[in-house]
Amino acid sequence: MLTAFKNFSKFRYLLYELIKKDIKLKYRSSILGVLWTLLEPLLTMIVLTVVFSGLLGKGDESFPVYILCGRLLYSFFSTGTKTALKSIRKNSSTIKKVYVPKYMYPLASTLSSYLIFLISLIVLVGVALYEKVTLTPAIFGAVFPLIIVFFLTLGVGLILSVLDVFFRDLEYLWTVILMLIMYTCAIFYKVESLSTITNEWIFKINPLYSLIVNFRNAIFGRGPDMYHLWYSLAFSAVVMLFGSFLFYKKQDKFILYI
Amino acid sequence: MPEENNLDIITAPADTDLPDNTEKTETETTEKKKPDNTVKTETETTEKKKPKKKPKKKVIEVKNLGVRFNMTEQKVDSLKEYFIRLVRRKLKYKEFWALKDVSFTIRKGDRVGILGFNGAGKSTLLKVIAGVLKATEGSVTVKESVVPLLELGAGFDKDYTGAENIYLYGSMLGYKKDFIREKFDEIVEFSELGDFINVPVKNYSSGMRARLGFSIATIVDPQILILDEVLSVGDAKFKKKSAKKLKSMMKAGVTVLLVSHQSDQVRSICNKAIILDHGKLIASGKTDEICDQYEDLCANKG
Repeated sequence: MLTAFKNFSKFRYLLYELIKKDIKLKYRSSILGVLWTLLEPLLTMIVLTVVFSGLLGKGDESFPVYILCGRLLYSFFSTGTKTALKSIRKNSSTIKKVYVPKYMYPLASTLSSYLIFLISLIVLVGVALYEKVTLTPAIFGAVFPLIIVFFLTLGVGLILSVLDVFFRDLEYLWTVILMLIMYTCAIFYKVESLSTITNEWIFKINPLYSLIVNFRNAIFGRGPDMYHLWYSLAFSAVVMLFGSFLFYKKQDKFILYI
Repeated sequence: MPEENNLDIITAPADTDLPDNTEKTETETTEKKKPDNTVKTETETTEKKKPKKKPKKKVIEVKNLGVRFNMTEQKVDSLKEYFIRLVRRKLKYKEFWALKDVSFTIRKGDRVGILGFNGAGKSTLLKVIAGVLKATEGSVTVKESVVPLLELGAGFDKDYTGAENIYLYGSMLGYKKDFIREKFDEIVEFSELGDFINVPVKNYSSGMRARLGFSIATIVDPQILILDEVLSVGDAKFKKKSAKKLKSMMKAGVTVLLVSHQSDQVRSICNKAIILDHGKLIASGKTDEICDQYEDLCANKG
C-alpha cells in the first residue's frame, strides 16, 4: 500500500501531463477551442428545449435548467466511460515499452472529462440566472452528486478498460448500453409525468438517475432524496471497489493482449 | 587486467548465495582468464579514475526467471466466441515458455551483452527487467532506476509537438517537471531538431523521432540503460554523437544491458555477455569467450 502510494507520487506529474494532453488535443484543431465546453451543452439544451418543451406542464420549474442538469451529468458519465474504455488500448504502444502504473490511463481520461464537466457547469449557472431560478442553501447539496458521479464514472471506466482489453466487442456494446442509460435518466421528461409507467423499477436501479434527481433537487432548492442518495453512494462504492480490484488483478495480463 | 573485469554472472540455479566479493567467486576460477582486448583499454581508463573500491553492488538480480505465454490456438477476442468456448470448454491454450530458469546477477557498472537468435527471449528478458512484463515464476530484483531505450519514442503522442512530447515522454520516464524544464534546451540542442521542435511529431521522419527519443531518455544519466538495438539511430553524424554520449555514460559507471545479434557490437561495448537460446541461458561469461562461442553457434547453424 505504501509503495503504491510512493509510486503514485512519483508519477503524479505524468497524471498531470496526461490530463493536459487530453484537454489540449481535444480542442486543438477547432477554432473556438475550449469555448466548445460551454457551447456544446448550451446548444443541445436549446435543441432539447425546442423539441420537448411540451413535456413539462405550465408552472413547472424552468425546463432548460431541468434539462441541463440531467444532460451535463449524463454527458460526463458517457464521455468519461467511453474514453476510459479505450484508454488502455489507445496507449498500448507505450504500455509495451515503458513502465508506468497502468491505472494512470483510465484515471487520467476520467479526470480530464471531469475537468471539462466542471467547466461546463458555468453554463448551468448562467442559464439558471437567466431563468431566474432562486438559489437556496440547498444548493450545497449538489456537492454529493458531483463527487459521487466522479467515482461512479471512474469505477465503471476501470471495469470497462479491463474488459475491453480482452473483448473488443465491448466498445460497440457499451454505446448501446449507454443509450439505455440515457433514456432511463429522464433527461428531458419527468418520470411522474409518464402516463403509463410500466417499468418504474428501471429508474430506481439506474444510479445515474439517482444522481440526477439529487442534483436537480439541490438546484431547485429542495433537500436530497435519501433513497437516491444512499443508492447512488452504495452503487458507486461497490463499482469503484470492484473496478479497482479487477484492474489490479488483470493489469499484468494487458501486455499479452494489446 | 583489471580485477573488476572478472565475471560474476553465473549460471544458476546455484546463485542464491552469491558471495558479495566480486574479486573472487567460485565460477570465475572455472573460466579461463583470457585477455579481454577490446574492452580493456576502455575499462582501464575508467578504473584508474576511481579509487580502489569495495565489491560493487548488485543492481539486477534475476532468479530462476520464467515467462510463460498462453498461446491460444485460435485467437479469441470477441465476447460471444469466448462464451461459446467457455461453455464448450474449448478454451485450450498452448503453453509457451519464452524464458525458463534464467538466473544471473549484474553488478553496478557492468556492461552486459545479451546474444541470441531470433525468438531466443532476449527482448522478453529486457521487458521483464524494464518492468513492463511480469515474471510467471522466479523473480527479478532491480535496485536502481532503469531507462529503457527499447523503441525510441514509443511514448510519443503523434498529434503533440516535439516540445510537448518532451514533457510527456519525460514524465513517463518519471522525471519531474522542474527537471525537464531545466534540461529542455539541452534536449532540443542534442536532438538537433531546431525549429522542428514546434511541429507535431506525426510529421517527423523516423530518424527525427528516434533522435528526440534518444535525447530525452539519456538526459537524466540513468543508472541502468537498456539498449535494444538502438545504436543505429539517425544519420552517420548523429550515430557518432549518440555513441559518444553512451561512451561518456559508461565512463560514469552506468550499467548497460545490450541486446544484439551481432557479436562485434557486443565486443566493442560490453565486458560481459550471455547467450540465450530458446528461452534458456546457455552460456555466460566474459565477452570474448562468449562471443567466440556465439560465432561458433552461428557458424554451425548456418
